Amino acid sequence: MLLAGETTPREIVESVATAISAENESIGGYLSSDFERALVDAEAANIEKPLGGIPIALKDNINAEDHPCSCASRFLENGYLSPYDATVSARLKEAGAVLYGRTNLDEFAMGSSTENSALQQTRNPHDHDRIPGGSSGGSAAVVAADMAVAALGSDTGGSIRQPASHCGVVGLKPSYGRVSRYGLVAFASSLDQIGPLTKTVEDAALLLQACAGGDKRDSTCLDVDVPDFTAGLQEGVSGMKLGVPREFFADEGLEPEVRERIEGALGKLEAEGAELIEISLPSTSFSVATYYILAPAEASSNLSRYDGVRYGNRIDDGGGVIAMYRGSRARGFGPEVKRRIILGTYVLSSGYSGKYYLRAQKARTLIQQEYREAFRQVDAVVGPVSPAPARRIGEFADDPLQDYLADIYTISANLAGIPGLSVPCGTVEREGRQLPVGLQILGPHLAEATVLRVGGAWEMIRDAE
Amino acid sequence: MSDSKSGPPEIDVGYVASLARLELTDEETAQFQKQLGDILAFVDTLSSLEVEGVDPTAHPAPVIDCFREDEAGQGLAREQFLRNAPDTAMDQVRVPKVVDS
Repeated sequence: MLLAGETTPREIVESVATAISAENESIGGYLSSDFERALVDAEAANIEKPLGGIPIALKDNINAEDHPCSCASRFLENGYLSPYDATVSARLKEAGAVLYGRTNLDEFAMGSSTENSALQQTRNPHDHDRIPGGSSGGSAAVVAADMAVAALGSDTGGSIRQPASHCGVVGLKPSYGRVSRYGLVAFASSLDQIGPLTKTVEDAALLLQACAGGDKRDSTCLDVDVPDFTAGLQEGVSGMKLGVPREFFADEGLEPEVRERIEGALGKLEAEGAELIEISLPSTSFSVATYYILAPAEASSNLSRYDGVRYGNRIDDGGGVIAMYRGSRARGFGPEVKRRIILGTYVLSSGYSGKYYLRAQKARTLIQQEYREAFRQVDAVVGPVSPAPARRIGEFADDPLQDYLADIYTISANLAGIPGLSVPCGTVEREGRQLPVGLQILGPHLAEATVLRVGGAWEMIRDAE
Repeated sequence: MSDSKSGPPEIDVGYVASLARLELTDEETAQFQKQLGDILAFVDTLSSLEVEGVDPTAHPAPVIDCFREDEAGQGLAREQFLRNAPDTAMDQVRVPKVVDS
């Protein structure tokens, strides 16, 4: 449309701004959005480029030069402006995109409801009394509510796929090493990945295309060939082998209607020529426990940088430097961040690291081996993203463990470093509202093209109905 | 202190918080004591997993540490870095006195 001259980057930015004015007060997906800057960037955009003139929203833990980056934390709320571009921000700009809007998240991406944001409540566009999911809940909500064309999020244990599922949009967590994390505020460095939240699988492929590839600024980013991620989207699933993990459906927590939607989708993929093969991932039941040792351990180390010295909140009552650290962190961090720092410090502490951390690292090996084994038999693994649709806001306010348990189907992809995609596959009714359900597609390491192909095939089936 | 065979582990939240340079209110300490106790009892389910002879994994990707050439380059400009600092003096970050004289 842009190339045909039917619209202009300016008009797109203006239409996004109109939607933000109308919707953001009730949804709360954006923490900030700078319309004037976006207009300037839109006027300068080169529409010949792959994402020329397209506005993209960023989760507020991804640095973009001169934009805020609050991480939804009191620590960075007041006046922090990024001094540099994250690699993904620079690559989106190179691809012609306009960076417009900073989306809400659980503080430092710790959570799966966006309720842990210290700054704002984000509501699910499908039912304002419910969570959008998290931690990339703002990114999912603004795409679902047509306040953004597309957005980036980050996924440490499901933080792109689960909000995508809850809000009815597409969310892709790339393989570990596919996308540079330089400029992503670190939470758990062996698990974090940046990825897109979009309206269609094709859009997700296009955003991944712009962001993927080696980066000399991130030693964990792999300098390997980047294939054309859109090439297979129309190919269908005929002849593909799709693994259905017994453990993903045996769990008594999986709500019957969610199971029906997923099994319905799998049946249709089978009718289109995919072969469904039952597989076993026996360590699935240990994945949540493994994650909630490893992720807090890494977080406790990564978040030691918030000391009130170089940036962010400083509380100095004249009691010396240690008192300044303690005071700044006490008032800068919210409860979930404090809980995870304490948990992480504990499992790494002398006398306990063998019992917890080392054991979890071994469990991680087993989880990886099971996936590797599975991908000898099948091209991709399919199942639910989340055991239930979006829950009500405040439901687990005093019991964080209940939310942790709902991460069961997403976490193992992060532990194994493999790509995972969530694609909408119908809705279930709760209290008169239709709530989206997502189909999860997992593939071998660096096989984003495969999961996108299955996702594209599912979209074609779904949209033909 | 307990091990995996003698029931749920104990955590002294106040002590661990001090190791992590966190100051907690009495209310927070009590709340976290209960919540982290529940979480630790849950993660302790891992002690039933057989991991004998399994190598630990720190990193999910098959290739790690893609080092770049060690070439000098332009870093952040001083003023760009300092603009986020809570307190500065003479083009430096200022902190409370660290060493007693």
